[in-house]
Amino acid sequence: MNGSLHLWLIPLLPFAGFLINGILGRRLPKWLITTVALLAPLAALSLVLNAAQGFFGAAAAPAYVETCPVGWINIGTLHVDFSFVLDQLSLVMLLVVTGVGFLIHIYSVGYMGDEEGYARYFSFLNLFLFFMTVLVLAGNALLMFVGWEGVGLASYLLIGFYFKKNSAADAGKKAFIVNRIGDFGFLIGIFLLLANFGTLSFSEIGVKLNADPAWQGGVLTVIALCLSLGAAGKSAQLPLYIWLPDAMEGPTPVSALIHAATMVTAGVYMIARTHILFDHSPFALGTVAVVGAATALFAATIGLVQNDIKRVLAYSTISQLGYMFLGCGVAAYSAAIFHLVTHAFFKALLFLAAGAIIHSIGGEQDLRKMGGLWRRLPITFAVTTVGVLAIAGFFPFAGFFSKDAILYAAFVQGGSGRVLWFVGLVTALLTSFYMFRLWYLAFLGKPRGEVVPHHEAPWSMLVPLVILGLLSICGGWIGIERFSAFLSPSVGARTAESGTPNLELILSIVAVAVALAGWFVADRLYRQKPERPAELAAALPGSYTLLAHKYYVDEFYGATVVKPLLAFSKYLLGWVVDVGLLGGTAWLLAGSATMTGSILQRWQSGNLRSYAAWLAAGAAALLLFIVIPWATVWPASMDFIWKVAGH
Amino acid sequence: MSLTQAVPLSWYLLLSAALFSLGVVGFLIKRNLITVFMSIELMLNGVNLSFVTFAHQWHAVKGQIFVFFVMVVAAAEAAVGLAIIISVFRARATLAVDRIDLMKL
Repeated sequence: MNGSLHLWLIPLLPFAGFLINGILGRRLPKWLITTVALLAPLAALSLVLNAAQGFFGAAAAPAYVETCPVGWINIGTLHVDFSFVLDQLSLVMLLVVTGVGFLIHIYSVGYMGDEEGYARYFSFLNLFLFFMTVLVLAGNALLMFVGWEGVGLASYLLIGFYFKKNSAADAGKKAFIVNRIGDFGFLIGIFLLLANFGTLSFSEIGVKLNADPAWQGGVLTVIALCLSLGAAGKSAQLPLYIWLPDAMEGPTPVSALIHAATMVTAGVYMIARTHILFDHSPFALGTVAVVGAATALFAATIGLVQNDIKRVLAYSTISQLGYMFLGCGVAAYSAAIFHLVTHAFFKALLFLAAGAIIHSIGGEQDLRKMGGLWRRLPITFAVTTVGVLAIAGFFPFAGFFSKDAILYAAFVQGGSGRVLWFVGLVTALLTSFYMFRLWYLAFLGKPRGEVVPHHEAPWSMLVPLVILGLLSICGGWIGIERFSAFLSPSVGARTAESGTPNLELILSIVAVAVALAGWFVADRLYRQKPERPAELAAALPGSYTLLAHKYYVDEFYGATVVKPLLAFSKYLLGWVVDVGLLGGTAWLLAGSATMTGSILQRWQSGNLRSYAAWLAAGAAALLLFIVIPWATVWPASMDFIWKVAGH
Repeated sequence: MSLTQAVPLSWYLLLSAALFSLGVVGFLIKRNLITVFMSIELMLNGVNLSFVTFAHQWHAVKGQIFVFFVMVVAAAEAAVGLAIIISVFRARATLAVDRIDLMKL
């Protein structure tokens, strides 16, 4: 390991980009904005690659820690530092964040070229990279929380990028507020960590837990559940997934970078980072697995009937994140991270391809108005095909290896793991179906839209697409064995080894067969008999409506959470507390002052002689009190008044 | 020395108090601004008398010095006051204090 890697520069360079474009962007020429915006992630990426050299050579290289010499918080026994940790886990994540991030920055140059707020867009994108790298590099939970909140902020700003559109502004707020619920869990988890371990540093917590293997469950379960609530918020799992589909209001490259490839996977990363806690709590692990599997299936069923191309991809993202949670939940952290990486490739690819389609047909996102695009957009068609094959899990595309690793890990766990495996398999079938549905609707058949694209997207959009396409093909070839061996210093060795090579092969064949079945059904419905889907929807009105309305979850939350909360805020907090209590007190004080004044103002008669009379009376009273000792006068006069009053 | 023996101290003080009270009463009941002004002078001189009396009684010169100060201030005040009275009369053509009530709310 070389002496200093200057990890602190990795977040700070994008931050500098944010400051330059954010403050000066309006006055800078466009080429300079572009240069600054692209240099920041490129510099960060090259720093990461430089740091990676030390890891790829040596086997099980130790973690590299960089701590700011000036502490952050030093109160009593509480010590928190600005410390960055580079180990195998954060390295993989950093490569994804800066690598895919850089590609999406390039893509954005083409995609956002004609948009208003070009500098604002790139400054937010750089800000996101700053917080995301802080989150990934953080060596303690509090610093991770800073990055965690920061990416939430960047996400909010970018979802609401078209802030003149009400729906975009609302979607931004929804994402932020729903994330707050998860962040609340994360924060409680941090407090509990502090109370039980006296430190927030991940490595020190790991040392303490390893020293005491008998410590299981109990408060660790509570901590792990709190942390997984945070992860469920950020990674859009049940029951907090509702913000992610709406987040598609943002520009498409943002959906690709933040809401598919990197930020939403932060929850998975966080679980992998704190995996020692989860290893000590089987119940929390089981919860994560069940939530993941349920989310994967649930989101996939909704994805079946969505007509907005970005929404299909959004539900598919939620579903794939469910896979990653499932992987974490069966303690196959390396498989989850593996899927995180390959998913970052093929989902960023799919989103960017969708962006290229949308861009070329004038902003139309409805799949029903596309069709026959493959002639006009051959490159986009080719890379989308790669992405679809990858996400459906066909050999030898990237998704096959990672999805297989998760399903295998679930299967060999035995018992309830078999159920989880089966749910995952059904999800794979649905995934394959809805992705091929998208593929058929968008690219094949006859054009159904009014706008016919004239030409492919500019090269700045095509180059990232092609690179991501190659990564989606080759990204899985490293194989789960080598990948988990590489990650083992960070997340522990691959636990589920009770299977046999034969079993692994059989499970792979089953998974591919299921994916083929999904393709076959999509082919029947959307190529051979295009009228069948409508007939099916008419034949099953109940289930179709249920799915098309996304199980009425938004309506349910609206009725059970949002409305009562709004009513509580409006009536109790707004009327009773604000207007009544606070406003009332203020009015009372002001009113009493006014009333006292209106009485006292009669003294201010402007009549010189009345002033003089009061002056004389006052002087006389003072004289009286001085001459006659008031201690005797006072009780006597009170007595007198008492008597006069009639007692 | 002979003075105090001839006339007791209390007489001077009574005279002083009578002068002061006359001033107060005049200040309160008179309507003409000039009379009010003269009443103030009367009060000042009542106080001056008691200053002189006590100074003589205690053989302390401080009280007499105070009297000079009061006289100087009263002279200056008379100059300023009369100037104000003249300008008030020019502006409002009256010197009745009840009608000079511009400060009223």
